[in-house]
Amino acid sequence: MSQSQTATAPSGATAPLLSVRDLTVSVRDRGVVRPLVAGLSFDLNAGETLAIAGESGSGKSITSLALMGLLPNNVSVTAGQALLEGTDLPQLPEAQMRRWRGARLAMIFQEPMTSLNPVHTIGSQMTEAIRAHEPVTAAAARAAAIEALRKVRIPEPDRRMKQYPHELSGGMRQRVMIAMALALRPALLIADEPTTALDVTVQREVLDLLRALQAETGTAIILITHDMGVVAESADRVVVMRQGRMIESAPVRDLFAAPQQDYTRKLLAAVPRLGAGAERAKPLPPAAPAPVARLVDARVHFDIGANFLGRPTHRVHAVEGVSFDIRPGETFGLVGESGCGKSTIAKALAGLVPHRGHVEVDGKALAGLTAQGKRDICRDIQMVFQDPMAALDPRMTVGEAVAEPLLIHGIGTAAERRARAAELFERVGLTPQQMTRYPHEFSGGQRQRICVARALSLKPKLIICDESVSALDVSVQAQVLDLLEELQQETGVSFLFISHDMAVVENVVDRLAVMYLGQIVEMGTRDQIFTNPQHGYTRRLLDAVPIPDPARQRPPQPQRSTEIPSPIWPIGSSPESVRLRDVGGGHLVAEEG
Amino acid sequence: MSEPVQTAPAPAALPAGTLRRLMRRKLALFGLAIIFLVVGGAVFAPWIAPYAPDDQLFEGLTLFGEPMPPSAAFLMGTDLLGRDLFSRMLYGAQTSLIIGVVANGVALVIGTLVGVLAGFLRGWIGAVLMRFTDLMMAFPALLLAICLAAIFQPSLWIVAMVIALVNWVQTARVVYTETTSLAEREFIAAEKTLGASRARILFKHILPHLIPTLIVWGTLGISVTVLLEATLSFLGVGVQPPTPSWGNIIFENQTYFQAAPWLVFIPGAAILLLALAFNLVGDALRDVLDPTQRGND
Repeated sequence: MSQSQTATAPSGATAPLLSVRDLTVSVRDRGVVRPLVAGLSFDLNAGETLAIAGESGSGKSITSLALMGLLPNNVSVTAGQALLEGTDLPQLPEAQMRRWRGARLAMIFQEPMTSLNPVHTIGSQMTEAIRAHEPVTAAAARAAAIEALRKVRIPEPDRRMKQYPHELSGGMRQRVMIAMALALRPALLIADEPTTALDVTVQREVLDLLRALQAETGTAIILITHDMGVVAESADRVVVMRQGRMIESAPVRDLFAAPQQDYTRKLLAAVPRLGAGAERAKPLPPAAPAPVARLVDARVHFDIGANFLGRPTHRVHAVEGVSFDIRPGETFGLVGESGCGKSTIAKALAGLVPHRGHVEVDGKALAGLTAQGKRDICRDIQMVFQDPMAALDPRMTVGEAVAEPLLIHGIGTAAERRARAAELFERVGLTPQQMTRYPHEFSGGQRQRICVARALSLKPKLIICDESVSALDVSVQAQVLDLLEELQQETGVSFLFISHDMAVVENVVDRLAVMYLGQIVEMGTRDQIFTNPQHGYTRRLLDAVPIPDPARQRPPQPQRSTEIPSPIWPIGSSPESVRLRDVGGGHLVAEEG
Repeated sequence: MSEPVQTAPAPAALPAGTLRRLMRRKLALFGLAIIFLVVGGAVFAPWIAPYAPDDQLFEGLTLFGEPMPPSAAFLMGTDLLGRDLFSRMLYGAQTSLIIGVVANGVALVIGTLVGVLAGFLRGWIGAVLMRFTDLMMAFPALLLAICLAAIFQPSLWIVAMVIALVNWVQTARVVYTETTSLAEREFIAAEKTLGASRARILFKHILPHLIPTLIVWGTLGISVTVLLEATLSFLGVGVQPPTPSWGNIIFENQTYFQAAPWLVFIPGAAILLLALAFNLVGDALRDVLDPTQRGND
């Protein structure tokens, strides 16, 4: 405790709102105490935004839980202080903390769906939260709740009060969370990855909203994020953490302009930037006569609902009239926001969902294949999923997993298969000695390498990467992307690269298609799309990408007045097909009505 | 084009070192010891038992015709007819083990088969299987057991079969739910994109994940089946007297519970201990077989 006397507020005149000194949080596991966060110190003034940035395992979320007094049972603050207006938060008794939580300090989480109670309406949850802290009547709480919803720019707040969380979109739910958090005008708001689960255009709106509300209320914000673009756009000061320790702390402009530590420099260098892809001059693969995969007017529909005869009443038009070719040796990108149908196209190509229209792989149409034919197609087309932990059988060693495709297709003897798996392990940067381990013994990046090795084992012509690097830390992400590019140069494999992240896409693809509501609205080479975006939706996507450069502050984006329309139509009617127009050099753009 | 070799999925053999790692757990060892004791007692009953199980001993009753409490001559006392309880417990272990292990095992196999097939195949086969399961669930199990036992001549093996036929239902329900959620997991989708056959997905990627559930249900089922046998015996459609089983020892003597508590307490404790022993071993086996728990033991 003696350190706290030496640490006075830097400004001298006004004490900081929150002053964290040598905070150490430790986990007790089988009698061994191990620090998760060690010696963290920072100050936060009212009206200021402090970003805590770091990769997974850096202790940034543990820090926020420690401040909120929400640490798991075996984890506790073992040293140091966190003074909120002079009161040490970790020392506060739970009964007192419960009164403060929500009123003095509030928190919003990454996933708004799981943070809201699905069986209560928005209105009852908000009024309950308000009345838990303030002795007001139900009517007054309701009025306050509606006012809070209006503040977060939710259209028709009266109607929203009666709705349940599942009736709102992800962005709307996160707005509700923000409204709940700010309804009681807390002095401190902790936002733990508040936009990570949201689409990029929605992320932009939510960040703009947070900034505007902060200007109104003067709330101090701790923004916890792994995204340096978000840091650059939203924070005043930054604390960079790694493995539980503070690496660097600086005002945001200084940090981006002149990072002092090696780790910070590496972290910033690994961030994919829009515009950087154009420097990577790589000749486009020529339009070969035989594409690796071709979709002509492909459609994927799911029937939902049932009338009293058990017939479906509605149909989800997940993919509607999509046509494109993937050439040998190229990386073709599919971008768009959640629900646009990009993953459904991947599933249709992989044969996981039935499709209509024409889809062919290596000249063979997918429809009407025999079981044998389907199995043979699998040798040409492989998939790397978003979450490598979920895509690997947890009860199978990774060596078996990589050799399994060979076993399934009856290639080689057991010894040959093992040798091939060992070779693949080395190729993706792992050692053959690791083959006897299980997936949970690896890090996220290593697991994704294992998935890449498994996809490669059959020497496919096309690998579908469905958000394959989205769940990885930026430094790991860059390594996996480099690996994919090397593999392409060695083997000439084509990639279908599906992502929501425009900056990553620009760095890896040769050509791409932008999808909106199940249809392609723009398609062309990387240069055509990124230097000359024609469609309004493409431009909005590009504008929304956070730029990891605090010197380039952009004005807030005008908020979209309406939600994205639904792809669900009654049986018998269908959405209007967009028509693509060639604006020169094979750059196709949908006509906007 | 030659047919690719679709290797038949080998039955999951226990990984090397399973026994060694099991031995490292004290509770599992305790459970194993009890199981060995009971099995040993059942197998060697003719040699160990001091008296014949159905021998009504003159000296086994007091002068007033009451059962004798445990003593040096009668380790566990005697019952109403002056039979040695220790001898009856040893022979009764044979019956109870057959019921608890064989009947319960058969029930587990039937339940797993129905649940996995329904959950994996879905469609009309799944619907028919699960509606049949629901029907069995709605039908009073005891009534069904009585009907079946009345149709066939009651013998130990018939009773075991009857118990198996009424006890698979819960397992089927649980396995069905597990299978449907497993089938939606992403690694199953990944296997499909690799071209894996349905049999391979089922045997290599779904069944191993059901092991924890099956171990829990299998060990819970032991006490349930042993007690169901006791109920059937009590109703006269179970194992026929004078053949002893732990269950019918309890039921024969329950009216004298206050006068001779050991007659109910000893077989009751035996059932409890056997179920507990299987439970402890099952729990340990589940942890040892789970690769994600490696290094935690």
